[in-house]
Amino acid sequence: MAVVEALVPPRSNSRRVVRRVLRNPLAITGLAVLAIAVVLAVFANWLAPHDPTQTQLGNAFAPPGTAGHLLGTDDLGRDVLSRIMFGLRASLHVGILAVAFSLVIGVPLGLIAGYFRAIDALISRLTDLVLAFPFLILAVGLAAIRGASLGNAAIAIGIAQIPGMIRIVRSETLRLKSLDFVSAAIVEGAGDAWILGRHILPNAGSALIVQATVGIPAAILGEAVLSFLGLGIQPPAPSLGTMLSDAQQFASRAPWAAVMPGVAIMLLTLAFNIVGDSLRDALDPKASRR
Amino acid sequence: MTPVLAVKDLSVTFRTEDGPLSAVDHVSFEVGDGEVLAVVGESGCGKSVTAMSIAGLLPRSATVDGSVELDGTELIGADKRTLRSIRGREVAYIFQEPMTSLNPVFTVGHQISEVLRTHIGLNRQDARTRAIELLKLVGISSAERRIGDYPHQLSGGMRQRVMIAMAVACDPKVLIADEPTTALDVTIQAGILDVLRGLRERLGTSIVLITHDLGVVADLADRVAVMYAGRVVETAEVHDLFANPQHPYTTGLLGASPAAGRHAESQRLNEIPGLVPVLTEQPDACTFADRCPRAVDTCTTSQPQLTPGPHRVACWNPVREPVEV
Repeated sequence: MAVVEALVPPRSNSRRVVRRVLRNPLAITGLAVLAIAVVLAVFANWLAPHDPTQTQLGNAFAPPGTAGHLLGTDDLGRDVLSRIMFGLRASLHVGILAVAFSLVIGVPLGLIAGYFRAIDALISRLTDLVLAFPFLILAVGLAAIRGASLGNAAIAIGIAQIPGMIRIVRSETLRLKSLDFVSAAIVEGAGDAWILGRHILPNAGSALIVQATVGIPAAILGEAVLSFLGLGIQPPAPSLGTMLSDAQQFASRAPWAAVMPGVAIMLLTLAFNIVGDSLRDALDPKASRR
Repeated sequence: MTPVLAVKDLSVTFRTEDGPLSAVDHVSFEVGDGEVLAVVGESGCGKSVTAMSIAGLLPRSATVDGSVELDGTELIGADKRTLRSIRGREVAYIFQEPMTSLNPVFTVGHQISEVLRTHIGLNRQDARTRAIELLKLVGISSAERRIGDYPHQLSGGMRQRVMIAMAVACDPKVLIADEPTTALDVTIQAGILDVLRGLRERLGTSIVLITHDLGVVADLADRVAVMYAGRVVETAEVHDLFANPQHPYTTGLLGASPAAGRHAESQRLNEIPGLVPVLTEQPDACTFADRCPRAVDTCTTSQPQLTPGPHRVACWNPVREPVEV
């Protein structure tokens, strides 16, 4: 009996998930990359060796390793490393804002669509409509109405992500509401709001976390696209996307100015995807490894 | 004895794409205080639909007619508020599949406590204490430890015990157990049946036991209602029914059952040929006539009604000779 009890897994679900994630070296690498990125972005003001918008025309196209400019300088002599740090800040800002926006709108709509059959058709057709609408035209339209800015780019990206969020939550709701514990709650006299909030949403949590961790890198890439087109962050403030687009015309003369922010985008996106993947594995209660 | 639960002329019809589908046809039964009524029949006989209509679990595509009175309160057509106050406190439901009947993201203690806090208004500490008592009541050892477990850490039998603990948390008058042991293996089944028996003895809970397992019926029930194709075809005290089955379908069921059957020594169990019909409407005939070895001409032209008395049977040509036990 004592042996059996010793084998009983730890009590807390969240602690179990954390343990599973920490046991996966790939996940730890991803988390470490994310942590570094967040620290660099948040403390860019203090950590950056130079002002990211300070031009120094006499020192343009300095290659990586030049004294004082670890990753070199761009066509206006601005320090690439400093610009990447501030660019990370803009990219993370857009990524998190866009996903938060799509969560706030998509989750309630998805729950309603999945739970109340009468409204399902309406919400699902609206979802199709948004999906069918070209993302760039949406972004251009929003920029025309509200002005081109980082926040508006985030909203445009968020809107584009809402349909995916609705569909994920809706399908989870459809699956969960047919399970016996929801029927049991109905017999107990639980109301619709209670069932949605206490039984369906918590069980859809793992799918949501995964969708969010996939949504953030997608939004970061989206921001790069929009900034590339001049619809996102406004110069001279850097984002990883604008750095790429600015540097492309000098790509043969100063490849580092394009490659470095590109590598940063790639690492950030990869890290988010890895963490999302391992979270999904860790949150799956049916996974064989405890 | 005033019945706790009185079902009168309950009919349930589903709207389907192929037209209406009659699942339950004028079913009537009563369950007294502390009585265990077993509803038996093959799959598709309308047992679960009957149970679900009592608990208000039917989908919107179902039309329910007739009357279900719980302790004098009419449930069919009652407004949402009445229903919500009755459910949980007065009626509890145990499901067949223990794997999905608990919410996987909360501990079992949390789930039991929540029922106690919302329905009885206990505070956090009292609810926890009571939850431990309930877990002990349903025979879970080291309940103090188990209370912090998540459903995935428990075995099927344990989960079913937890489900029962949740179901009786508010001391319901009627417990509907829809095939509570079907998904469990035999040794666990016996334990669960012990728990149900204990509840009836200690708390005086009336139980409606839905099952197709006649062994379970013999073990637990006081009275049996045999359903076939949406109708009650025979109802009697459990001993009377086993000793003296009158409807050919009941004898068929008994003959097909290894535990309670009378053919345990023979090589082969007697199956009933054919399947339960899917009825778009209830015919004016005996629905069992097609499969019945004792069918006579009247069976296909007129619907038999339940005879009066303690042992009621709806058959034109019932089995009269008592079966040797």
